[in-house]
Amino acid sequence: MSKNVNRREFIKTSAMGTGGVLAASSMFTWVPSFLEDSVTPLLESHAERTPTVCEVCFWNCAGWVYKDRDGNIQKIIGNEDDPNSNGRLCPRGTAGVGIYNDPDRLTKPLMRVGEPGKQEFKEVEWDEALNFITEKMNKIKAEHGAEAMALMHHGTAGPHFKHLFKSFGSKSEAKPASSQCLITRESGFINTYGAGLASPEPTDVKNTKCLVLIGNHIGENMHNGYVQEVSHAVNRGASIITVDPRFSTIASKSKFWLPIRPSTDMALLLSWMHVIINEELYDKKYVEQYVYGFDELKAHVAGYTPEWAYTKTDIKPGDIRKTAREMAAASPSVIIHPGRHTAWYGDDTQRTRSIAILNALLGSYGKKGGYYFPEKAKLPAYPHPEYPHPHWTAGDLAKKVGYKGAIAGITNVIREASLPGAKEKFGHEYKGWFVVATNLIQSMPQKDKTIEALQNLDLVVVVDTMPMEITGYADVILPEATYLERYDVARVAQNRIPNIALRMPAAEPKGDSKPGWWITRELGLRLGLDKYYQWEKYEDVLDWQFKQVGSSLEEMKKIGVKQFDKKSKLYLDDGEDYFFNTNTGKIELYSTDLEAMGYDPMPKYTEHEQPEDGYYRLIYGRAPMHTFGRTINSPNMSDLMEENAIWVNPKVAKINDIKSGQEIWLENQDGIKSTFSAKVRVTERIRHDSIYIVHGFGHTNKKLTRAYGKGIADSELITKIKVDPITGGTGMRSNFVTLLTENPHKKDIV
Amino acid sequence: MRYAMAMDTSLCVGCADCVVACQTENNVPEGYCRDWIVENVDGTYPLLDLEIRSERCNHCEDTPCVRTCPTGASHVIEGGIVKVTHEECIGCGACIESCPYDARYFHPDGYVDKCTFCDHRVAAGDTTACVSVCPTHALTFGDLHDSESEISKLLATRKYKVLAEEAGTKPQLYFLT
Repeated sequence: MSKNVNRREFIKTSAMGTGGVLAASSMFTWVPSFLEDSVTPLLESHAERTPTVCEVCFWNCAGWVYKDRDGNIQKIIGNEDDPNSNGRLCPRGTAGVGIYNDPDRLTKPLMRVGEPGKQEFKEVEWDEALNFITEKMNKIKAEHGAEAMALMHHGTAGPHFKHLFKSFGSKSEAKPASSQCLITRESGFINTYGAGLASPEPTDVKNTKCLVLIGNHIGENMHNGYVQEVSHAVNRGASIITVDPRFSTIASKSKFWLPIRPSTDMALLLSWMHVIINEELYDKKYVEQYVYGFDELKAHVAGYTPEWAYTKTDIKPGDIRKTAREMAAASPSVIIHPGRHTAWYGDDTQRTRSIAILNALLGSYGKKGGYYFPEKAKLPAYPHPEYPHPHWTAGDLAKKVGYKGAIAGITNVIREASLPGAKEKFGHEYKGWFVVATNLIQSMPQKDKTIEALQNLDLVVVVDTMPMEITGYADVILPEATYLERYDVARVAQNRIPNIALRMPAAEPKGDSKPGWWITRELGLRLGLDKYYQWEKYEDVLDWQFKQVGSSLEEMKKIGVKQFDKKSKLYLDDGEDYFFNTNTGKIELYSTDLEAMGYDPMPKYTEHEQPEDGYYRLIYGRAPMHTFGRTINSPNMSDLMEENAIWVNPKVAKINDIKSGQEIWLENQDGIKSTFSAKVRVTERIRHDSIYIVHGFGHTNKKLTRAYGKGIADSELITKIKVDPITGGTGMRSNFVTLLTENPHKKDIV
Repeated sequence: MRYAMAMDTSLCVGCADCVVACQTENNVPEGYCRDWIVENVDGTYPLLDLEIRSERCNHCEDTPCVRTCPTGASHVIEGGIVKVTHEECIGCGACIESCPYDARYFHPDGYVDKCTFCDHRVAAGDTTACVSVCPTHALTFGDLHDSESEISKLLATRKYKVLAEEAGTKPQLYFLT
């Protein structure tokens, strides 16, 4: 069976869709260069260029923005000195100019005139918007304390707002990127190695002999440097073992693909431990020197045989043994990859701990081809007086409701503490939110709860470049300049080589949009926080910082990225003494911290719910040309993929009598029906008990003219969450859907 | 000189970076593209194969598009690169019909457009835009007449195929398998 994507159809469809949009938009006077006569493009050596750091995803690659003969942005390419990108951007970075050119951008501050949730706003000047916010913040501070303000953020604008909040007296900040994504992974590693992994993950894929991926669809998630190293590994013939119910792109390039029954990963991980310990395949010297709790673990996994795991996972015992031996043969140059989005089933800290434990057994942590020790450049913060000390924070509230292992602010705890009656439950409550560059309506599950919280607040400020759904619930919307139009905090990312990177404007902000640093400084001054803003322009901050490390803004404008000598070692020497930051000073297979907090000191298998007849597990993931929901409306990226499809196994299609290309709706176990339909894609690449869609589609805001109504939003169908008891991470893979061939909203319209 | 491209299907993840890079480099209008991604799935779950290809004009040695062009707008330049002179193109579409690879499209400005192997970059000693961005290094461009070129070495050591060989156009896009 073979499926050819018909390019002509794809092209024609999107051409018709977008042509109308451009004609209808009068927001900008910008004329796309292709409407003019096509001319020979300017060679890079002749073009003006400015350094940038990409903001289309959190990988934050450094690049160069090139202009054409008329001074318009022509293209963005990678900076060769940047270890995150190695001079090559991913499709989203290459298409980044669409973020700047999007005709639907927010270009004027807006203030609510109607009901929350209704898109009735009036355009105002910055002064009016900022004065309104200042007044409300002062009132909240006077009545409830500065602590009652919470910040939800994502991306590079976050630090500007964190500084404002800390100066104001609140340390309640959280990002969906933590509790909805990687908090459980970080916790799993902290409770094993005494240190988290952070970003980019210090996995030495470039040198590995064996890479084990558990539900990690690298290549479809386009984490640039990581993709490049995986490609390098494939080219070298490294063996890749992929565990996924879906035949992902990377599964197709793997030596072993284990098509696991969803939610049973823990059984596989425990049986791998069983085989590695029982067949004595573990790194004995490493285990003896660095590891605590081996005997306890050995006894703990004695019953987790491959035969037992087969009954849970559908993976044959022989394949479990074969893959365990394959990874052991590569030890210590083996990576059982931690993944990023690990909030799946509610026992996620424990699952990622299993991954951490397997790496320890195979001696890969701190070894070439395993996990390296990354280094970050030290860029001093611009001097400011000590921040005030808040009486309570979101972290305190998380611990109060039992998430003793919460290592970061939790968005859902902030949401809980903003609902009516929160004060009785927590002793405190939030009265105002800033939501910066994160569309909480899509990025957090249980949309109804988010909306309830938003409507209960005295102040909601949304800062964004686009009219995302969240803006509909704001009292004030502040239009942020895109990354191509602003100075920003310098990128200081960990890597093999310590480095810093500069983002500077390549163009003037469109309309009345403003950079985050300007917005926060203006608010800071109005709130009387002058002493925290002892600078006029962000260039001054950057220049001061760069001069502390022997560079300057002037130099950084020319080079974009500056590398520094690495001071610490990349790997452990053979037998080198090393103190891990745990209670025992060793890698804890048996976690003394988890035990002290009352959690299982070693991971156990938990049975998770399976779908009933007629229902399928909703699996969601990424496409290489989109970052969550935020790029769906971008001209260049929607051109590549304008809607998601529902992947359905041919057997399921037959039972449900549906065909490829047919528009269907989804309904979940709680009776929630998708707002829009999406096209079926009948494919052998998905298991019979699951369906798959790419996350981020199904936008409901009509102001997103390209994205509106295109595809289905997985987030609206994720109403059941399984909370990780240790960190509060929100497991989102326990939702089941049934397929509807008739429009379930028809009667609503009549 | 004989320019050609090798595309390593074992590395490509179908991210479409090549598509966007070409669009921004060559001012390709929104909704159109000179290169594209094709995905082929074979087998039944769980015994499956997936091949992903980045495709574009094959810059054939035997060029039906040039032969059928009534105005001479379609032509071959040094190194075997097939080009269209926009000013001479009347948009009749004969070349589009004759191309076995569906590599040409009607530009909204009224002419036929296609991949140029970024000849403006190649003339300046650089490589094509798609090759220069590919995060997986799946694309290699070069001169087949130079036995020391990377592409010559790849084709000497790797298994490869061409598409629609039966059309007899001697295509110059080599898919490493």
